[in-house]
Amino acid sequence: MPALAVFVAFGVIPLAGVLFLSFTSWDGLGDIQLSGLTSWQAVLGDPGLLHALWVTLLVMAASWAVQTPASILIGVFLAGRQRYRALLAVLYFIPLLLSSAAIAIAYKALLDPNFGLGAGLHIGLLTQDWLGEPVLAFSVVIFAVSWQFIPFHSLIYQGGVRQIPRSMYEAAELDGAGRVRRFFSITLPQLKYTIITSSTLMVVGSLTFFDLIFVLTAGGPGDATRVLALDMYKRGFQANLMGPASAIAVILVLVGLALALLLRRLGGGDAGASQMEGA
Amino acid sequence: MESTTPSRRTFLSLSLGIPLGAALAACGTSGPTPAGGGGGAGGSGGSKATYWYLSVQPQEGVRARAVERFNKANPNGQITGTALQNDAYKTKIKTAIGAGQAPTIIWGWGGGTLRTYVQAGQVEDLTSWFDQNAAVKDRLFPSSFGAATIDGKIYAMPAETMQPIVLYYNKKIFDKVGVQPPESWGDIMALVPKFNAAGIAPFSLGGQSRWTNMMWLEFLFDRIGGPEVFQAVFDAKKDAWSHPAALEALTKLQDLVKADGFIKGFSSITADSNADQALLYTGKAAMMLHGGWTYGSMSTDGGDFVSGGHLGYMNFPPVEGGKGDPSNTVGNPGQYLSISSKATAEQKEIAKKFFATAVLNDEDVKEWAGTGAVPIVNGADSAFAGSKDADFLKFVYGVASNAKSFAQSWDQALSPTAAEVLLDNIAKLFQLSITPQQFVSNMNAVIGS
Repeated sequence: MPALAVFVAFGVIPLAGVLFLSFTSWDGLGDIQLSGLTSWQAVLGDPGLLHALWVTLLVMAASWAVQTPASILIGVFLAGRQRYRALLAVLYFIPLLLSSAAIAIAYKALLDPNFGLGAGLHIGLLTQDWLGEPVLAFSVVIFAVSWQFIPFHSLIYQGGVRQIPRSMYEAAELDGAGRVRRFFSITLPQLKYTIITSSTLMVVGSLTFFDLIFVLTAGGPGDATRVLALDMYKRGFQANLMGPASAIAVILVLVGLALALLLRRLGGGDAGASQMEGA
Repeated sequence: MESTTPSRRTFLSLSLGIPLGAALAACGTSGPTPAGGGGGAGGSGGSKATYWYLSVQPQEGVRARAVERFNKANPNGQITGTALQNDAYKTKIKTAIGAGQAPTIIWGWGGGTLRTYVQAGQVEDLTSWFDQNAAVKDRLFPSSFGAATIDGKIYAMPAETMQPIVLYYNKKIFDKVGVQPPESWGDIMALVPKFNAAGIAPFSLGGQSRWTNMMWLEFLFDRIGGPEVFQAVFDAKKDAWSHPAALEALTKLQDLVKADGFIKGFSSITADSNADQALLYTGKAAMMLHGGWTYGSMSTDGGDFVSGGHLGYMNFPPVEGGKGDPSNTVGNPGQYLSISSKATAEQKEIAKKFFATAVLNDEDVKEWAGTGAVPIVNGADSAFAGSKDADFLKFVYGVASNAKSFAQSWDQALSPTAAEVLLDNIAKLFQLSITPQQFVSNMNAVIGS
């Protein structure tokens, strides 16, 4: 029951508030006035929303595609028992401990075309207008996000790999299966639920990327990296349009729920079931 | 635009602590119950007036000392000052006012934001108070009252300093390339290939901040069509952006971008980090259009750049055939102090006394001049004597006092809603991703919003 109370107080009530606000017009200062569907019409009729949704989905897909293979490989590597791997795992975990804002500020400084790493070391290749070209800026965002979160997902995979019964590998070795074959035939299938868990975290988490992008590119250049969460902030707190911003917040919640459900479906109905040896 | 020395908007570095959750939570609060950010500075009850202001030094010190002096002189009517970081302040003051928890004295930039306060009935009408206290009003620059006046009524006390936008240049670079500062738009366009050929960017620009780009349009609109062109937008006249002068200005601006007038990568440089100023004083760029407030930070950070006399400055040159008076300027005509309408009568009295006796009194004027800025007081130039920055201060005073029109920065003059659309479109204009015609129709669509 306390859990339910907490959920209602911090989950349901704010959500209902946002839903209510999306049917009002409010500039954050004066009285809140019901305005029916005008906020929704303004948001849904704005090509900016489709663009932001598209960028959000692109960020989601690209960061998943970069992070998942890398995290699995690193996770499998770290699952070994050697001592140096434990040390590596600790070192490797550091990016996750930094705040996204700090990471963004560091990347911004390093990538500065005039005072950054490339200019400082006189390396022409690094002296790109990293955050000023739409494609480059988008790539930098994906890179920074991956750099930050791969350690976390590697950790999940490391745990997943360690759960795989050793007997399976021993049996495979007796049958003459090589490393690669063992990876694809045992490790990967056995990691199915770990992949689903990690992917759900990645996908739903990428909906809320805000601070990193806000600091790194502010949605620019133009609106090349303007994701939904940033769009919401800009409308709500910079343009004083709380109604449309709340509408976007509702959309974000719906998209997140839909994606989480979809991933659960993909994993089959038994994603919550136990995976003990022999199961 | 405020007078903070290092940058106008440090929002990138400051408002990082407002992630999605907080945003949602803030969306979810409604009505007059205290929301986040009320703090102990309630708007009602108690005999102490409250005052929130920005925290960047040296300005914060000047503000705090004004409060200290006032408190010493008025033991029965104290003011509690609270310093806040720039962007934290912007969010917090809005939340506080929305929640009925505003401080007695609301520090601000006037213009569009003040208008939203007025429309929400949150600030006192000071018109009659200024009529009764003509001496207070007459000391201040008349041009500073424009941004404090909404629909003919005065809702704020102009305070602190004026900050026109200045065309800065690096004298060393001009000597090296062997050219003279521009006297017209044609000169600017002629200088661009010369600097580019010498491997120096003609203009520094912190384009990611967007309002930096806006300063170019403010001047081009004024020089080509006069202040009436933007005034029509401000007055919400239908299709005001379609003025031929506007189209000409937008086209000229894109011509400058296409000619590589701005440093490579300008759209990823922020003004908040002062990287744009660094480009000027390290000689990577020859010129920079920027606020008067950058003078202070360039003298602190630029080594001997300012003290060695290498910094040149001038008003924006005329455009050939343009109608605007070349003495006009744009920028911050002042900063603004309003009184919360939710404060108690007692608190309001304290605030008014503060306005009348402490804001820009002789000591305060001296302190502001000491920060390298010009207080908005008639005859403030007499306080410059002996200052190491006297030349610059005199220049700024001259620009501001000779200007037939001192237009407020567009993003401050417009409502926050319209300003956000404006800044977005300006960024795209500089990216060459929209045409001047598209800019005009996008902006016409939000006139009056």
